[in-house]
Amino acid sequence: MSREQRLAQVFVELADTLVDDFDVLELLHTLCERSVELLEADAAGLILADQRSVLHVMASTTEEAKVLELFVLQNDEGPCLDCYSTGERMVNIDLSEVEQRWPRFRDATITAGYRSTHAIPLRLRGQVIGVLNLFCVERSTLSEADVALGQALCDIATVGLLQERTVRRAEVLAEQLQSALNSRILLEQAKGVLSERAGISVDEAFVLMRRHARRNRQQLRLVAGGIIDGAIPASELTSGGD
Amino acid sequence: MASLRVRQILLEVLAFDQPDPPGLEGDTVWRRLCTSATKAVPVSGAGVALMTPAGHGGTLAATDGPASVMENLQHTLGEGPCLNAFRDQRPVLEHDLARAAVRWPGFVPAATEAGIAAVFAFPLQVGAIRLGVLDLYRDTPGPLDNLQLGEALDYAAAATTILLDLQHDASAGGLHPQLADAADSHRAIHQATGIVTVQASVDLNDALLLLRARAYAEDRSLLDLAQQVVARKVTFHPLHAEDDHE
Repeated sequence: MSREQRLAQVFVELADTLVDDFDVLELLHTLCERSVELLEADAAGLILADQRSVLHVMASTTEEAKVLELFVLQNDEGPCLDCYSTGERMVNIDLSEVEQRWPRFRDATITAGYRSTHAIPLRLRGQVIGVLNLFCVERSTLSEADVALGQALCDIATVGLLQERTVRRAEVLAEQLQSALNSRILLEQAKGVLSERAGISVDEAFVLMRRHARRNRQQLRLVAGGIIDGAIPASELTSGGD
Repeated sequence: MASLRVRQILLEVLAFDQPDPPGLEGDTVWRRLCTSATKAVPVSGAGVALMTPAGHGGTLAATDGPASVMENLQHTLGEGPCLNAFRDQRPVLEHDLARAAVRWPGFVPAATEAGIAAVFAFPLQVGAIRLGVLDLYRDTPGPLDNLQLGEALDYAAAATTILLDLQHDASAGGLHPQLADAADSHRAIHQATGIVTVQASVDLNDALLLLRARAYAEDRSLLDLAQQVVARKVTFHPLHAEDDHE
């Protein structure tokens, strides 16, 4: 089978793992396995950052402790961490040349039996959400086409993750979005009502609303509702001074 | 629901292969979505709008020309295909706009004049929760065939996914900056509604209707009139008072 045929097959396979009740972990595992195959690496891990920017291994081609340790270690130093913080791809990194830069990472990687490594970012809207990290037993020389392929695989993973987090939480997210949109309108309407009743500008009205909310430890949305339905008279907000 | 095609659309409009523009302009992804939908369906142009119970909630992006007119008209008039798609929670397919003058007496003449001959509006929704609308238009009448309809629905699904994903990244109770920009563009309308509700002693719904009626009568955009109201250059009075001018 030619490389082109194999590539087409891999993309279909990745698409298949995405159909219907797809399992995102399954997708990420397949992605690791195929990137090892197509980019002639020997081990791969897919690392995602949580909200506190801690890197976690979501999938890898091996369960070997000494390899998994390489991913964990990179919360302190290594190409994954650098790739995550800069968003730049780091490929064909020869471990014999990084002793100064990442001493602990280098030692652990060589002990695990690898000579070179790559880190490719998973990007979404200018943000890095994770990294695909590959390890090779031999020195590796990825061509530009190989690097582009690696990036394409990462982009498919990114869409999979994006869909997973939106599909699984669709209703909650949709409700939050709808209520954020609605409370914004309520707030603007209340500014208008208060500004007309008190004879002040809408900006001044907003200042008074915020002050009232803070003083009474009330949500701004509730203050807005009170102003609109008259439960909070304008005089209550305008009096009291600064 | 999450078809393969939706993922292809997401891959394309999120444009991972292009470097992110500096500062990543808020509406980049929405503009790409509109442009891509215009080519793929195909239609003459597209727009994506946020929707709220108070009506049109701000245009996220629209292709140049009539698509922007289509969005502006619908939010000024408070009528049009996107509002029906939103209220009825289903696509509105008006393949010959000229025949729909009875349904949308304000929208149809103005849209036709802008060169719009057919409008297809698709709600962006999750179950019963409605968030926005994808509007497509053509400069020639004629229905979408099945494939084109499927394509349009996939674009609506992709747009919904992007909306939800933005919310995923938003602060609690807040709006993602990309959505906030669109919502803020309509701020003055809601502020003016609040002002008019006091000036004319009517409820919020009627205040918005008064604003719309006056914008329509004076042939100006709702936003423009609303800004005048907020600046206190235009005043409304209780309905029984005949004179509503200064």
